[in-house]
Parts: sequence; structure tokens; C-alpha cells
Amino acid sequence: MNKKLIATEEQLAYGNILRTGVSAGFIMLLVSFIIYLTGILTPQVPVNDLSKYWGMPAKDYIAKTGVHVGWHWLQMIGKGDFINFAGVAILAGVTILCCIRIIPAFFRKKDTIYGLLAIVEVIILTLAASGILGTGGY
Amino acid sequence: MRRRSAAILILLVTVFLLFLAMTAFAVASTETPSTIAAVASADVAWWVWPLVLFTVTFLMGILAILGRVGVGLLFVPIIACFFPFHLDFVRCAGLLVALAGALAAVPGMLKIGMADLRLALPAAVIASACAIVGTMIGLALPPDVLQTALGATVLAIVGIMLMTKKKGHPKVIRPDALSFALRINGIYYKTFTGQEMSWQIHRTPQGLAAFILVGIMTGMFGLGSGWGNVSVFNLIMGAPLKISVATGKLLLTITDSSAAWIYINNGALMPMIVVPSIIGTILGSIAGVKIMTKTQPAAARYIVILILLFVGMKSLLNGLSIWN
Repeated sequence: MNKKLIATEEQLAYGNILRTGVSAGFIMLLVSFIIYLTGILTPQVPVNDLSKYWGMPAKDYIAKTGVHVGWHWLQMIGKGDFINFAGVAILAGVTILCCIRIIPAFFRKKDTIYGLLAIVEVIILTLAASGILGTGGY
Repeated sequence: MRRRSAAILILLVTVFLLFLAMTAFAVASTETPSTIAAVASADVAWWVWPLVLFTVTFLMGILAILGRVGVGLLFVPIIACFFPFHLDFVRCAGLLVALAGALAAVPGMLKIGMADLRLALPAAVIASACAIVGTMIGLALPPDVLQTALGATVLAIVGIMLMTKKKGHPKVIRPDALSFALRINGIYYKTFTGQEMSWQIHRTPQGLAAFILVGIMTGMFGLGSGWGNVSVFNLIMGAPLKISVATGKLLLTITDSSAAWIYINNGALMPMIVVPSIIGTILGSIAGVKIMTKTQPAAARYIVILILLFVGMKSLLNGLSIWN
């Protein structure tokens, strides 16, 4: 039986990218939140108005504030609230990079099944992140 | 030592309950989430709720470590019960809180070989796809139905916590054909003795089927998925507890990412809720680990169970319009 005494090449590669991404994501999140709180950049939705909206369903919040969904936040990255999306996107997106990184390592070892599983995972995560998938919405 | 741990625990729980009581009092005179928001808007400065949220999530982070549960499991039921935020924002924040906590821990676990990529990847494909489906169902359901289902789910998880006992190193006589073909096995070392322990798994098809349910529930309720991942790896597939916990966190980073993206893309990301929660739970977890190195109050787990029982019941009765 093939047993592993130490972390495999794929695990180390996966972990290294994850560590870099997580550090970048946390730093970005902290810096952007300080910018948001201090008002250096004007937010799209004024902080004083937030309590009017956070009790509503997301759909109503979008309709009332005129905020666009999906990746439109990139166009509003200069706003104090939307700059926070960058850190969140790094944290939620770093896994895609990790999965992409391990694909060649699996195929190099002729581990075709795991190579294919990693490709399928990249497709699933990319599909989720793309914003293509809408919802019925209550 | 015992007296000291009891004192720490009593202090923590008192502060935690005090904050929950304050938030409950603030929303006591209201009936629906929208009126809560209106009252909060009229009576309370905007920064009060994020500050209370930060404090509660900090205490939640400590309690989660001491009670040995994922913070994602505590976040959604507690915040949905006591704060004026809509479930859409709470579920998105819950997933991101669980994700951030796991992301911080997983690189180290991968490096020492405790989180196993071969064990995680087949489960990840199923759980992440099903989490997307669960999220879409969750966003389409009416709030009262969702609240009822959330309460029932939390109570079911409490039932599982009470009725099952996880095994350190389950006996797996022979691997099943699928896990043998996928070469899911390995070796880890016992912490104190350094003894080499080899492991393999069984009942892989059943375990993978269980991840369909875990994925859907993760997406629907934003509960994180640690509670389900560890149970399936350990109790169904027979992976050692240490491997199950570490691999469960790795799997959580993938499953929660896929679900979180759907919420984000549907406008459910509100930075003023998400960021204080992430910072609060991470600082709380760090404090919890520091407390745990000195003392581990055994009652912490029972307190967590009691809190989950209460919020699960409240959520269920809230959804059924019996207790608003």
C-alpha cells in the first residue's frame, strides 16, 4: 500500500499558495476596513443609512440602494464600502488558484483521476465566482 | 487549576450572555425583521450594532475553541436570533467567518501532512457543487420557512453532538474498493509519543453520498461545514479524528468558498457586518487557544450545546410564528 510519511508535493504547493493568498486577503481586508471606517473614501451607501437596509432581504437592499450585483463591485472599488470586497474576493478566490496549481503536479505523476478531480473543482469554483448562477430570489 | 478554569468559564459565559441579553432587549419590542431595522435605525447610532457584533463574535471565537465546535456553527443561529440583520447578510457573513478561520489554519495543517488532499478532493467536488445548489435554494425560500428549517437543523446537529462520540483512531479492517483505487491512506504521528499511526478508510461511497447533504445544508444555512465534514470523515469513513478535523477544515475552505461566492454575487455581502465578525472571531480564537493552553474547562462544550439548543429552539419557534 502506498503510504505517505510527509506532506506530498501537491499538498505543499497548495499550502504555499493558500498561505500567500490568505495573508494578502487579511491585510487587504484590514486596510480597506480602516479606509471605510475613517471615511477616506466616500461609501456608496452612507454608514448612517446602513441600519435602514441591513434588516431587508438582499434583493430589496440592492433595489433600494442601486447597488449592482455580481462583479460590478470592481467598477465601484473607489467607494469606501466596495473596497472591502477586494479582501473578501481574495479570501474566497484563493482556493481556485490552489486547485489550478496542483493540476500539473497530479498529471506529472500520472495521477489522472486526481488531476481530473482538480479540474472539475476549478470549474465548480469558477462557475460560483463568475456570477453566472442567479437565483429565483424570494 | 479547576477553580481557575471554572472562574474563566463563568466570566466568559456571563459576558457573552450579557451581550446577548442586551441585544435581545434592544429588539424585544419589535415583531418583524424590517421593523427591527427601523427601530434600530431610529434609536441606535449606526456604529453600536457593529461594535456589539465585534464583541459577541470575539466571545464566540473563545467559546468555539473551548467548546471544540466550529465558529460557523455558532455564528448564524446566534446572530440571526439576537441581531437586527436579515438572514441573507447573516448567512453570507457566517460562511465568510467560517472560511476565514479555516483559511488561517489550513496551510500549517497541509505542511505537516495532517490535512490530506487525497481525502478532501473527492468530497470537495461533491460538497462544493451541492453547496451552490443549497445556496440557491436558501436564497429562494421564504424567510419563515428558512428560519424553521435552520432551527430544526441546529437541533438535529445538537442531537448528533449528544448521541455520537467521535473516535480517535477508528478500526478500519480493510479499505473499500473505491478508497483503495483512489489511494486514500496515510500515516500520522501521535503528539506526545511520536508513535507512527497508519490509517485507511472504508465506506467511501456512503461517505461521499453524505457530503451531498452536508454541502446543501452549508449553502442553505451558511453554517460552515466543519460540523458535517468531521462527522462524515470520522464516523462514517473511519478516518482518525486528527486527520478528520484537519481535512475537514481544508474541505470547509473549498465548500464555503463556492457557497460564499453565490451570496456575494447576489448582493448579500455587507462589509459592516462581515469584517467586524471576521476580526472578532479570529481574535477570539487566538484568545481561546491561549486560554486552552493553560486550562480547558470541561463544561465549555455543554454550555455551547445549551446555547445551540436555545437558539435552535428560538429559530424554530420564530419560523413557526410561535415565539417572535
